[in-house]
Amino acid sequence: MALKVAFPYTIPVLTGFTFLGIAYGILMSSKGYGAGWTVLMSLMVFAGSAQYITINFLTTIFNPINAFLITLMINARHLFYGISMLDKYNDSGKLKPYLIFGLCDETFSIVCSTEAPKDVDKDWFYFFITLLNHAYWVLGSFLGAWLGSKISFNTKGLDFVLTALFVVIFIGQWKNKENRKPAIVGVVCSIICLIIFGQDNFIIPSMAAILIVLTIWRKEFIKKDILTKEGIQ
Amino acid sequence: MTLTSTQTILIICIVTLGTMITRFLPFILFKGNKSNNTYIKYLGQVLPYATIGLLVVYCLRNVNFKTPSYGFPEAIAIVCIIILHYWKENTLLSIGAGTVIYMILVQFVFV
Repeated sequence: MALKVAFPYTIPVLTGFTFLGIAYGILMSSKGYGAGWTVLMSLMVFAGSAQYITINFLTTIFNPINAFLITLMINARHLFYGISMLDKYNDSGKLKPYLIFGLCDETFSIVCSTEAPKDVDKDWFYFFITLLNHAYWVLGSFLGAWLGSKISFNTKGLDFVLTALFVVIFIGQWKNKENRKPAIVGVVCSIICLIIFGQDNFIIPSMAAILIVLTIWRKEFIKKDILTKEGIQ
Repeated sequence: MTLTSTQTILIICIVTLGTMITRFLPFILFKGNKSNNTYIKYLGQVLPYATIGLLVVYCLRNVNFKTPSYGFPEAIAIVCIIILHYWKENTLLSIGAGTVIYMILVQFVFV
């Protein structure tokens, strides 16, 4: 019942995850990782951008600490999804661990903006949204891994799919004027740190720089935000 | 495969652990009560945008402007994505077309 009601809400994710999952599977197989590895990764991690970046860690020297830190950084945004979902997921009982486990970008975008219809149990409704999304992601990446083993084509440049994904998210955020200052802070701090610390060591300094700049300018940022929201500007 | 199977499993576990920390931490930290800390709320508002900026730079970190192809494939593909995304506002189309354009550029144009 809750599954039937939840399904229509997940259709956009079905198309999105099939596409991104296939690209991921093909990319993994082009680096020598078969369907087993790809499915294991999609089942356990269930975080697209982190999984794409993990391919870098699988194809360079073994560096678990770096892998850990970059995963934390990439997924730091989940902290804010969690904070937004504290209330909704507060009393979901035995389903709660899985709901939190599956709180990826796409799941969050649905559950934060959708209230369960009155005749459905809300916890099971959110559970099935999460489960369906998880299933699409695993199946999509499996399909990609399978395709990658059957068809061989030149995959050079396919990893640009991740860059494209972030650029598209960036544009989406840029359209809202309020978001532009933090976005600029992120880009400028990162570029400066990239120049100073080099391409292998700039992530942590960038994160620190971003935090410092955002903290120092918080009064100004907050004030401007409120002004914009109230339509004074 | 560059890593051994054991190393690969370790990396997968570590990435899983890292991801789960970011997903579970808020629920552990703010168990029961709502987050009333204005600083955390402020970070919650601004950090997602700054992070995506950082990730874009991270993805482009290996672009070298001094050697051929001077970053042209990346620049052209990104401009196409921007135009396409403002025009059609279709996430998948923008990502798909941008990636294909980039692949064509690095495989056939800037070889």
